[in-house]
Amino acid sequence: MASGTELATEVAHHGPTPGEYIAHHLTFLNNTGEKQAELINWNLVNLDTVFYSVILGVIALFVLYRAAAKSTSGVPGRFQAAVEILVEMVADQAKGLIHSEESRRTVAPLALIVFVWIFLMNAMDFLPLDLLPRIWEGIYASAGHDPHHAYMRVVPTADINATMGMSIAVLLVCLYYNVKIKGAGGWAHELISAPFGDKLILAPFNFAMNVIEFLAKTVSHGMRLFGNMFAGELIFMLIALMGAAWTGANAPSFLLAFGHVVAGFAWAVFHILVVALQAFIFMMLTLVYIGQAHEGH
Amino acid sequence: MNLNATLIIQIVVFLTFVWFTKSFVWPPIVKALDERAKKIADGLAAADKAKADLANAEKKSVEELRSARESAAELRSGAEKQAAKLVEDARAEANRIVAAAREAAGNEAAAAAQKAKDALRDQVAQLAVAGAERILRREINAQVHADLLANLKQELS
Repeated sequence: MASGTELATEVAHHGPTPGEYIAHHLTFLNNTGEKQAELINWNLVNLDTVFYSVILGVIALFVLYRAAAKSTSGVPGRFQAAVEILVEMVADQAKGLIHSEESRRTVAPLALIVFVWIFLMNAMDFLPLDLLPRIWEGIYASAGHDPHHAYMRVVPTADINATMGMSIAVLLVCLYYNVKIKGAGGWAHELISAPFGDKLILAPFNFAMNVIEFLAKTVSHGMRLFGNMFAGELIFMLIALMGAAWTGANAPSFLLAFGHVVAGFAWAVFHILVVALQAFIFMMLTLVYIGQAHEGH
Repeated sequence: MNLNATLIIQIVVFLTFVWFTKSFVWPPIVKALDERAKKIADGLAAADKAKADLANAEKKSVEELRSARESAAELRSGAEKQAAKLVEDARAEANRIVAAAREAAGNEAAAAAQKAKDALRDQVAQLAVAGAERILRREINAQVHADLLANLKQELS
């Protein structure tokens, strides 16, 4: 959903090639201002991801907090009713998956904020693709920097750091509940005795299996969300390229611009489903994994 | 997809958000929901109870009405009976008084008649004796013929 015409002028004069355009849109704004070269570099922070995820999280918390502060057991207003529907939905799912009343008091709020937060972060995809990056380019350039380095990605969940950060946080919560429910000794015993059986010779295999299970859960949890949102964003970029191919008032340009509008609309509509579904799936898997931490093998 | 310290920051942010939600968002909303559920349950229970009470009251009122009607009927029949008895008594009393008066009058009349008769008889007997005396002055001895005269007097009564 790009501002195709703006881009077209750029393409016509001195603009980026399609490859450069997409590469530019896929580069995070980090604290160095340059694209991260290494696969892993703990000195870097993606400022855009942190900024947008925190802003969106704070908005979500603020809205929910307003609803909570004004909530009454009498006749609810529409806003309160809407929030209550959400809370009730999460509470129902939590009730089905986590059988400890006490754990639910923590895990259900966790699931709620996970759902709302991820939903909002995913929904950043609906903003026009170039809107915020273009504004940022203007600010960056007016501050005297090279606008070609004004990187910005607005969908935090299309950053693997964000999704893996959340899935690792869920893993930490799972480990916490494993120890809390089963005791350190009980959990250690489970690690070496399940799933193959409580025999000394099987202990290494059991342990390896459990480690693999935790790793696989966490990685797939984070990667699933990341993959979906990254792919969705990428397709928006590819659709934007159609409008970007504008070369003047001629038939192919009109056709491509029309294709841009149709495809952009269709993909955005479909993406509504993806946005909500991925947020829901992430929440459900969070509850499932934490629920598993409550049960022995 | 390069990993960097954003991941760590995201973990911290995530856990902070969870803490905030758990502390300030979730409890009031769930409390309101639970309270409302309880209110509704109480309301439904109260409605059921009121319905039962109403049914009871209706039953009771029908019962009361019936017993009131019964006792009214009883009272009425008692009153009627009493009234009839009163009338009956009064009539009997009146009859009695009339009979007594009639009897008294009859007695008096009979006594008067008897007295008059007796007086009359005496007079007739005296007259007859006197007449017979005058007629039979010489042959009749009053002492000798006293029995005859008494018989005569008896026959006249």
